[in-house]
Amino acid sequence: MLLQLFKDLYRNRKARFGMTILFVLFLLVYSSPFWSQDPLAIGAMPHLAPSQNFWFGTNGQGQDVLAQCFRGAVLSLTTAFLVGAAVTMIGAFIGTLSAYLGGWFDQGMVLLINLFLVIPGLPLAIILAAYLPPGPMTIGFVLIITGWAWNARVLRSQALSIKQRDFVQASLVAGEPLWRIVIFEILPNMISLVLSTFIGSTIYAIGAQVGLEFLGLGDISQVSWGTILYWANNDSALLTGSWWMFVPVGIAIALVGFSLSLINFGVDEITNPRLRDEDEFYTMLKDKTAYLNSELTPVVRS
Amino acid sequence: MKFLVQKFFLYCLAAIGALVINFFLPRLLPGDPASMIFARFQGRLDPAVIGDLKATFGLVDKPLFEQFLTYLSSLMHGDFGLSIAYFPAKVTDVIAQGLLWTVFLTGVTVLLSFSLGTILGAFAAWNRRSVLDRYLPPLLTLLGSFPYFWLAMAMVFVFAFTLGWMPLGHGYDQALEPQWSWTFVISVLQHSFLPALSILLATVGGWMLGMRNAMISVLGSDYIALAKAKGLSPHRILWHYAVRNAILPNLTGFGMALGFILSGSLLTEIIFSYPGQGYLLVQAVRNQDYPLMQGLFLCITFSVLVANWMVDIVTYYLDPKTREAS
Repeated sequence: MLLQLFKDLYRNRKARFGMTILFVLFLLVYSSPFWSQDPLAIGAMPHLAPSQNFWFGTNGQGQDVLAQCFRGAVLSLTTAFLVGAAVTMIGAFIGTLSAYLGGWFDQGMVLLINLFLVIPGLPLAIILAAYLPPGPMTIGFVLIITGWAWNARVLRSQALSIKQRDFVQASLVAGEPLWRIVIFEILPNMISLVLSTFIGSTIYAIGAQVGLEFLGLGDISQVSWGTILYWANNDSALLTGSWWMFVPVGIAIALVGFSLSLINFGVDEITNPRLRDEDEFYTMLKDKTAYLNSELTPVVRS
Repeated sequence: MKFLVQKFFLYCLAAIGALVINFFLPRLLPGDPASMIFARFQGRLDPAVIGDLKATFGLVDKPLFEQFLTYLSSLMHGDFGLSIAYFPAKVTDVIAQGLLWTVFLTGVTVLLSFSLGTILGAFAAWNRRSVLDRYLPPLLTLLGSFPYFWLAMAMVFVFAFTLGWMPLGHGYDQALEPQWSWTFVISVLQHSFLPALSILLATVGGWMLGMRNAMISVLGSDYIALAKAKGLSPHRILWHYAVRNAILPNLTGFGMALGFILSGSLLTEIIFSYPGQGYLLVQAVRNQDYPLMQGLFLCITFSVLVANWMVDIVTYYLDPKTREAS
């Protein structure tokens, strides 16, 4: 099931592009402790423009921005993916269980999910983070609290429709235990939705984490993408024209977010053939395009 | 009406939830905010004030439930306590002074971005394989991947710092007095252009993509084929048949995303030193101003809840299914 999904994703142009960018970034980031210098070492004058020695220049403390970007990414990316995974697992667990059990449990859960959805996440995250000791653990905890509800809602409605299908009813009659039905019957049929919620929550986790740290709610003595931007703003990068203090980090954040979005478009196109890129279709038909009316939505089987 | 009443109760419950969080948070976590505040001022505060501070947090020697009631009644009287960063101003006064700026900037921008994104998405789905459909969504997705405040930083750097076309920050020219005059209004518009543009660029892609995908599903449905078979004009099919139905999921998403966008625009305000709630928020965080932070949390939550209910009312009038169901 999972393998098939990855094969499909690899065949999809957008998803393949996204996965390639992400893979290269991952290699660079996680190997950075071996090739970059200490990101906290003060090795030069502050506010140096990019040069041969410092490819991305130096920041307001005279630290190497290149080293900070990549070494900071280790913390930021790890937190984001862990939070994404945790939020997806909580969402999948609560969603499927709630859909499967139904009754008062389901009603209570739906109410709880709706409550968490309408209370704005970032302000809640801000007051929570302000009271807790600063650090990646706090950020992770706060992001999980504010992020699980959306996944639970999406996965619950999918589980609800799968629950009605015959094969689930059949395994119920066959006397399979609840955990088996949920894990082996319902979840595998939601794998693409689980993947897309995982990607969506990871994108959310990156954005929210950077936002919180930018506000100064992270541990500002540690190097991460959010704290780099916090210091850039604090050391008035804008007023001194030191664009290199915030441009590389921003591009890195956007690249990760963009490649994750591309993978998600791929997942969407695999599950919803109407969205599939028509290029595939037109190359298949070559010069038979004359038959086509532009208002048609072609569907491709791959 | 049942739909709207149900939603109303949900929002009331959410409001109570926010109040409960706000009340219990200072109590559950280590440290007592009143003493922390007192310690921060290192003797510059009159010791008598600590009693007042404790009272504003409801930290009086009474059972928890009575504390909660005291807290609620002081909120009802508009007493959110005193701000630390702007000591001794009241939290309500501090928030009120920033509220109008944020409502103006975010309100206008969010509505603009939603309308623009919806129209672009509708056209992209209507003319598939057009330039609009092929190149705009990936470009806007790329822009949407940047944090809002980073786009704001980039804009300030390019248009304000390097080119000097736009002011560097603030809500209006600091040399002017706030008043209803043409020069002042023009100055306000000039100063809000870049913040608005960065929020617009960061958000429009999401609306466009959502609308495009919803439109594609709708355009494939039978009633569109029937409308075409009847020989209705394309204009009528697009606006009266397709868009009207495709906009509904986007509208529901609008309510959900509001809180997120508002938070993003608060961070953008910080970059521009825009005198709204975002600027207050960062002052609150820097100064560990818990009363102000909590006041802002309540204020933002309540505005998002009210906005959500307004979106529900619009959905109720646009969507016959919701009306029929109730």
